[in-house]
Amino acid sequence: MNIKILGPGCAKCHQVEKIVKEAVDEAGVGAKIEHVTDFKKIAAYGVFGTPAVVIDGEVKSVGKIPKKEEVRIWIGK
Amino acid sequence: MKEWIKFLILAAAFLAAYYVPWDHPVIRQSGFEAFMMLQEYARQHVLTCLVPAFFIAGAIAVFVSQTSVLKYFGAQAKKILSYSVASVSGTVLAVCSCTVLPLFAGIYMRGAGIGPATAFLYSGPAINVLAIVLTAKVLGWKLGLARAVGAVFFSVIAGLAMAWIYRKDDANRTAGAIYMPDEDDKSRALWQDALYMATMVLILVFAAWAKPAPGEGGLWAVIFSIKWYVTVGLLIALAIMLKTWFTKEELVNWVQATWGFMMQIFPLLLAGVLVAGFLLGRPGHEALIPERFIAALVGGNSLWANLFASVSGALMYFATLTEVPILQGLIGSGMGQGPALALLLAGPALSLPSMITLAGIMGVKKTLTYCIIVVTLSTAVGMGYGWLMG
Repeated sequence: MNIKILGPGCAKCHQVEKIVKEAVDEAGVGAKIEHVTDFKKIAAYGVFGTPAVVIDGEVKSVGKIPKKEEVRIWIGK
Repeated sequence: MKEWIKFLILAAAFLAAYYVPWDHPVIRQSGFEAFMMLQEYARQHVLTCLVPAFFIAGAIAVFVSQTSVLKYFGAQAKKILSYSVASVSGTVLAVCSCTVLPLFAGIYMRGAGIGPATAFLYSGPAINVLAIVLTAKVLGWKLGLARAVGAVFFSVIAGLAMAWIYRKDDANRTAGAIYMPDEDDKSRALWQDALYMATMVLILVFAAWAKPAPGEGGLWAVIFSIKWYVTVGLLIALAIMLKTWFTKEELVNWVQATWGFMMQIFPLLLAGVLVAGFLLGRPGHEALIPERFIAALVGGNSLWANLFASVSGALMYFATLTEVPILQGLIGSGMGQGPALALLLAGPALSLPSMITLAGIMGVKKTLTYCIIVVTLSTAVGMGYGWLMG
């Protein structure tokens, strides 16, 4: 599984990264987590707002900090 | 922050502590001015102006739906709507630079195109609630109003100019789906949200109501004499609204957003006030930089003074709100009203670091064009305002 967190490195983005990491660890799934900070790459996903979470190329949330339970559902556990 | 940057800051602080002649009369006077200016802010601006403004900014961030604004930036949106929404959207969307640049990149590459993107990029940092309120409170309502009105018109003109110059250039744009932030469920009607925001704005206005000049009577003085009764009345009304219309979770989010802004902005503003006080002093008091230098560079309302103010404003980086104490120091040291507005219009919108990021998104040529448009417009508007006030 490939999880991308889109955001220019603001406090909220780091919070999202932490929540996703915890969710992945707790679910015990193997996933590659990547933090995308390049504005051009972020815009290429078409997201109008950061932080955003993209899992296997699919945009899951935009412009907010998701709850850990939501992330657990997205990663299928 | 990278470790070597932390080291450089620490080394600079050490060298300053080691070498600066702290017992020299000028340095002592400057240090005194720095803390006197800090006290002025603490006594006059923090409780009655900044704290209410932070709560309003927090409420905007939590309760105003971003999606309702963002839909005007899509590829299919009507251009005239895109521009008008972009020019005022800074009040709603951009209290944090976290949102401005990614959103700009999105509008530019996928959405409504370079014109509305530029308009948004300009208006974002220039017309947020905190900046306008503090400008009006510290530097006078005329400059605050000129800043707000100037910024709105300015962003439309800059956007239209960019769209016209690069009308044939759509190569960088890619078609594709756009993802807006998710909309939250709402339990309140629009009028309830509007009344809630309006109450907070009124609290801010009355709490910050200035003491009338001696001999000035009439309505102004009457309002001043009853301002605390009105403020307390409004606070009670606000408390009732919060109790009856809002869920506990919403209130927690609101306080958290407000606290987030405070943590982000207060430390930088504290540093900004100290530095401005140290270098420039309070109005009427000399500090490190002699007043005649300031007056020679940006005094009066000449083309040169306005141009110098807008170019240096465009290059300098101002952390949110720090432009206000710096300008207060500059005006007190003899800066003209026109150059002051020029700096306010060019300053927060542009800085050397943001230019570099922008060049990464839309290329060097477009970035340079944008900078030239901003500097030219700021100079012209500054001269006009200086002439009007002079």
